[in-house]
Amino acid sequence: MNNTASSVPCYALEAVTKTYGGRRVLDIAGLEVRPGEVLALVGPSGSGKSTLLRLLNFLEPPTSGRIRFMDGDYGPDQPVPLAVRRRVTTVAQRPILLNRSVWANIRFGLGLRGERDGDGRVDAALAQVGLAALARQPARTLSGGEAQRVALARAMVIEPDVLLLDEPTANLDPYNVGVIEDTVRTLNRDRGMTAMLVTHNVFQARRLAHRVALILEGRLVEVADVHVFFEAPRDPRTAAFVRGEMVY
Amino acid sequence: MEKSINTFWQGLVEAIRLIGNGDSGLVEIVVLSLRVSGLALLLSTLIGVPLGAALGLGRFIGRKLVIALMYTGMGFPPVVVGLFVYLLLSRSGPLGSLDSPLVPPLFTPGAMVIAQCIIAFPLVAGFTMAAVMGVDPQLRQQVQSLGATAWQTTLTVLAEARIGVMVAIIAGFGGIISEVGAVMLVGGNIEGRTRVLTTAIVLETRQGNFELAMALGLILLGIAFFINVIMLRLQGKTFDS
Ligand SMILES: Nc1ncnc2c1ncn2[C@@H]1O[C@H](COP(=O)(O)OP(=O)(O)O)[C@@H](O)[C@H]1O
Ligand SMILES: [Mg+2]
Repeated sequence: MNNTASSVPCYALEAVTKTYGGRRVLDIAGLEVRPGEVLALVGPSGSGKSTLLRLLNFLEPPTSGRIRFMDGDYGPDQPVPLAVRRRVTTVAQRPILLNRSVWANIRFGLGLRGERDGDGRVDAALAQVGLAALARQPARTLSGGEAQRVALARAMVIEPDVLLLDEPTANLDPYNVGVIEDTVRTLNRDRGMTAMLVTHNVFQARRLAHRVALILEGRLVEVADVHVFFEAPRDPRTAAFVRGEMVY
Repeated sequence: MEKSINTFWQGLVEAIRLIGNGDSGLVEIVVLSLRVSGLALLLSTLIGVPLGAALGLGRFIGRKLVIALMYTGMGFPPVVVGLFVYLLLSRSGPLGSLDSPLVPPLFTPGAMVIAQCIIAFPLVAGFTMAAVMGVDPQLRQQVQSLGATAWQTTLTVLAEARIGVMVAIIAGFGGIISEVGAVMLVGGNIEGRTRVLTTAIVLETRQGNFELAMALGLILLGIAFFINVIMLRLQGKTFDS
């Protein structure tokens, strides 16, 4: 596990809120994401996890508050430069592939960036997720697990500084879960890629995360090192969550 | 009764002979039809595809109104379009009186292109809008997340909807190649200048030249059939996927 405690934070959120139609769905007083860490985000459905990831990917601005990322500081009205937004990407629960070949899907992000010679990276990403044999196949013919592995490979070829994973292994069989977890672990260890992982799977959080955050109704309850979170949580609600007593 | 049946079969035989010989009058008419409708379709595509994409993907003030106008345009009687274009382009009309080199005079292929473009572009826009609205809305966010600009996102959605967009363009072509009222009005069916398949059929039938009319009709049928085959194959592709 990396010792990242002393570094400048990768993200620092201050009083970030998000409101939809007058309803506040996110209210984060403060959150730091450390460079090179895997931070798991757990919490019931509807608690605002995906919304938080959309803000961190700069797909939507916060309603109020500040998001510091790398050298920038972004609020409700600061447009985030394209080059900054391109340092982050998301793998969603449902792999949304383009109606093209597997290879073209993985190449996609490089095309957006006008990169001409990324073919080697595409092949390496395909090999990493164990799909080299399916490169020429139309993406829509893949199984759910294969499609999610393509989505992960598509995210890794653009070599983001931050990878956001929104329940990436929900509904997948153990083999595919294993490939995806191995890939995330490798990216984090070997390339120092920071990752934020939304998961309902407590075991997955234990396997992958350095720290874990619990979110309830849009607010962070506790953010702690993985061992503290699971073995000696401070907040009784975290304890209830860890014991599996939280009904949702 | 007896006679008309004979006329029919004689006409058919003669028509096939004319087509087989590549009759020069016939070729001229076919070429002009394809040129006028082809150019009108090109312009309709350049207007209709971006418009359809904007209506399907964008959220802006007046969108509902533009959609309502577009639907009206899709079902507008072509002959009325012809009437409007006629009035606009006539010497005393608002455009015709400008005497601008950009405004084609009445009874020219240019005037026919304008009329056909007005008929076809709402069709292209409407089908394009439906096609892009059929693309998974979450795809846009995923594509943005991978680093796409707004422009790249739109192009990617259009590429995803490519089969529907092709159907839109072909539907536009089908709407104008077989149209007669508007081109008759604004083109005037002048031999060697503005005579196209449909207007020629009207004229030759009236004059009793059934062989030629039939030959023209067969060619038009062939084009229409070809268009429908392509449409069906493309739509089959969408349904397979
Ligand atoms: N675009 C949106 N418009 C309106 N409400 C939204 C939107 N996105 C999310 N919400 C609402 O915000 C809340 C949090 O949603 P979400 O972030 O998806 O939760 P989670 O990912 O934790 O399940 C939910 O109540 C959801 O209905
Ligand atoms: Mg979610």
